[in-house]
Amino acid sequence: MLPGVIALALASLYLSALLAVEKQPLIIGLLALAVIVALGAYWMGWLASVSRSFADRENVLGTMAIVAAFAMAAYFHDDHFVLLLIVTVLLYTVATLGLNIQFGYSGVLNFAGASFFGIGAYTSAVLNARTTVPTLVVLPIGGIIAALIGSLLLLPVLRTRGHYAALVTIAFALLLKAFLEVNDVLGGPQGLQVKGMTVGGWSFNDSIELGKIELSFYMSYFVLSLALLVAAFILVRRLERSWIGLNLDALRLDETAASCFGLDVARWKITAFTLGNFLIGIAGALFGMVGGFVAPNNYTFADSLILVSILLLGGIGNPWGLAVATVIVIVVPEKLQTIQEYRFLLYAVMVIAVLLFRPEGLLPRPLRSYFPGWRP
Amino acid sequence: MTPLLEARSLTRRFGGVVALGQLDLEVAPNEILGLIGPNGSGKTTFFNVVTGIYRAEAGTLSFEGNDITRASPRAIYHAGISRTFQRSRLALPLSVFDNIMIGNHKRLNQGLWFNLMKRNAFKREFEASYRAARALIEVFEPWLAERMFEPVTGMTMIDRRRIEICRALISQPKLLLLDEPSAGMTHDETTTLMDEILQVREHSPNLTIIIVEHEMGVIERITDCCVVLNFGLKIAEGPYRQIAADPQVQEAYLGVA
Repeated sequence: MLPGVIALALASLYLSALLAVEKQPLIIGLLALAVIVALGAYWMGWLASVSRSFADRENVLGTMAIVAAFAMAAYFHDDHFVLLLIVTVLLYTVATLGLNIQFGYSGVLNFAGASFFGIGAYTSAVLNARTTVPTLVVLPIGGIIAALIGSLLLLPVLRTRGHYAALVTIAFALLLKAFLEVNDVLGGPQGLQVKGMTVGGWSFNDSIELGKIELSFYMSYFVLSLALLVAAFILVRRLERSWIGLNLDALRLDETAASCFGLDVARWKITAFTLGNFLIGIAGALFGMVGGFVAPNNYTFADSLILVSILLLGGIGNPWGLAVATVIVIVVPEKLQTIQEYRFLLYAVMVIAVLLFRPEGLLPRPLRSYFPGWRP
Repeated sequence: MTPLLEARSLTRRFGGVVALGQLDLEVAPNEILGLIGPNGSGKTTFFNVVTGIYRAEAGTLSFEGNDITRASPRAIYHAGISRTFQRSRLALPLSVFDNIMIGNHKRLNQGLWFNLMKRNAFKREFEASYRAARALIEVFEPWLAERMFEPVTGMTMIDRRRIEICRALISQPKLLLLDEPSAGMTHDETTTLMDEILQVREHSPNLTIIIVEHEMGVIERITDCCVVLNFGLKIAEGPYRQIAADPQVQEAYLGVA
C-alpha cells in the first residue's frame, strides 16, 4: 500500500504546485519534471507497484484521494480560477467515466459525448428558469433526459458495429448542434443563462464566510462535484466487478462467441449506452450550473474529441487513469497559456504518441478482480 | 431410443456452393459422434447452423424433440447445447476465470440491482462459481486451476483449448460440439487432451458430444459412430472401422481414383 500512498501524496503536492505557479517558464519546468519523473518511475518499475497497491487497497487509497482533494481545495479556498479548474476536472472525469462504460467496456464508441453533456446543461437551464423543480433533483433529470435522447440512437447503433456505430454518433452530434442553433426556444446560437444551484434556500452562487475566512462560491460546487465523482466512480467500479462488467467485456471482444453463450447483445449494449449517457448528462447538468451559461458552441464535436482523447490517454477501462488523463488534458492547456491556440495540436500529439507507444493508455486497465484482495 | 439431436434434410448454401445438402443426421443420447470430411465439406457449417449463427434454408433440426431450426444462438445455449470454435475464440485479455464464466451465463444472476447493490449475495454467487470452475478445470489440469486469475494471453494452445472446453462445459450442457479441438497442437498434446475429454465424460454421464476432427487416431479412439461429409453431402455413416473401409470415404480423403 505504501507505494500508492507516496504516489498519491506526490501527485497532490505536484498538482497544487502546478495550479499555484503563474510564471510560464516555471510551468514549463514543472511539466518537464513530471514527464521525467513519470518515465523514470516507469523504467524503475515503481509505476507497476503503485498500480498494484491501488488495485489491492483501493478503498483506503480512494478515501485518501478524497482527503487530498479537500486539502487542495482548502489551500485554494479563495481562488475562483483554480477552484473552477478543479471543478471542471471533477465533472469531466464523471463524463469520461460515462464514456468509459460505453467504449471501454461495451465497445460502443460515442463521439457525441459533449452533446450529451450539453443536453444535461440545457436541461438545467430550462428547468431552473421555468420550473420550481429543486436544483438537486434537476441533476438526475439532466441525466435521464440525456439517456432518453440517447435512446434515439439505439436503433442505428445496434444495427451497426465498430466504426459505423461511431459514425452514427458523429452525425447525431452535428445534427444536435444545428438543431440548437436554429431553435429560438432554447436561445438559438446565443444559448441560455443557467441559474445556479440552490439547496434549501442556500444559493451556491453566494460566497461563503467562515469567521474571518472568505471562501470562493465555487467551494460548494467543488463539494458537490466531488460527491458526484465519488458516486460515479463507485458505480463504474461495481459495474466492472460484476457479471455485467464481464458481459460487456465479452460482447466487446467477440459478439458472436458471446451470443453463443446466451448473452443478449442488444440488452447489454442498451444498458451500457444508456448508463453512460446518464452519467454524462448529470455531469453536464451540474457543469451548466457552475458555468451559468450554455450555448451550442460550448459542446461541439471538438469537445467530444477531447473527451475521447482523455479516454485513450488515461487507459481505456481504468477509472484512475481517466482521472489522471483529465487533469492532463484540462489543466495543462489552461496553465500553459503560451500554447493556448495550439492546444489541439498538443492533444493530437499526445494521443498519437500514446497509441503508438502505449496503446493501452498511460495507466492500463488491470485484470478484473471481483473483490480486491480476495484470495481463493 | 429417440435421438437427442435430429437433423432432417438440413440445407444451407453460400451463393452457388452447397455447404450442407439435405443432411440427415441423428445423435443418440450419451453418444460421441465423429463428424469427418475434407476441408470445406460442411462440418463447421453444420455446427454454425445447429448453434443458430447461420439459418438453415431448408430442413429441420430438433433437440430433445423440440424444433430448434429457427432458434437464436441464445435460445440454443439455454436449451443445453454449447460449443467450442475451430479458431479458438477466447477473450484473450480476460482471465481464465472470466472466460469460463462467460460460458456460465445462464446460471449467473444477471439482474442490474443484484450485481450493483447486493454485493454480499453477489460474493456468495461468485465464490460458488469459483469453486465450480475450479473443480471442472482440475479434471483437465490441476496446475491450470492455480492460474485462474491470470490472463489467457500468453497461455499455450493446449491450455487455451482446455479453457475453451471448460467454458463450454461449465453450464452443464446436454450436447457439446467440439470443432477440431486438436487444431494447432502436437500429436502428444492431442492425446493428452482426448484423455482429459474422456475423463470429463466419466464425470458427467449425460453428456453427448459431436466432434469434428481431422486426426483419425482421435476419431477411432473416442467416437461411437461417425458421419462422413463431402461437399455438404453425407457419404457414409457408421462405426469408424466400417467407414474407414468404405471406398467412397477413401476417395474423398485420399483422392484414390
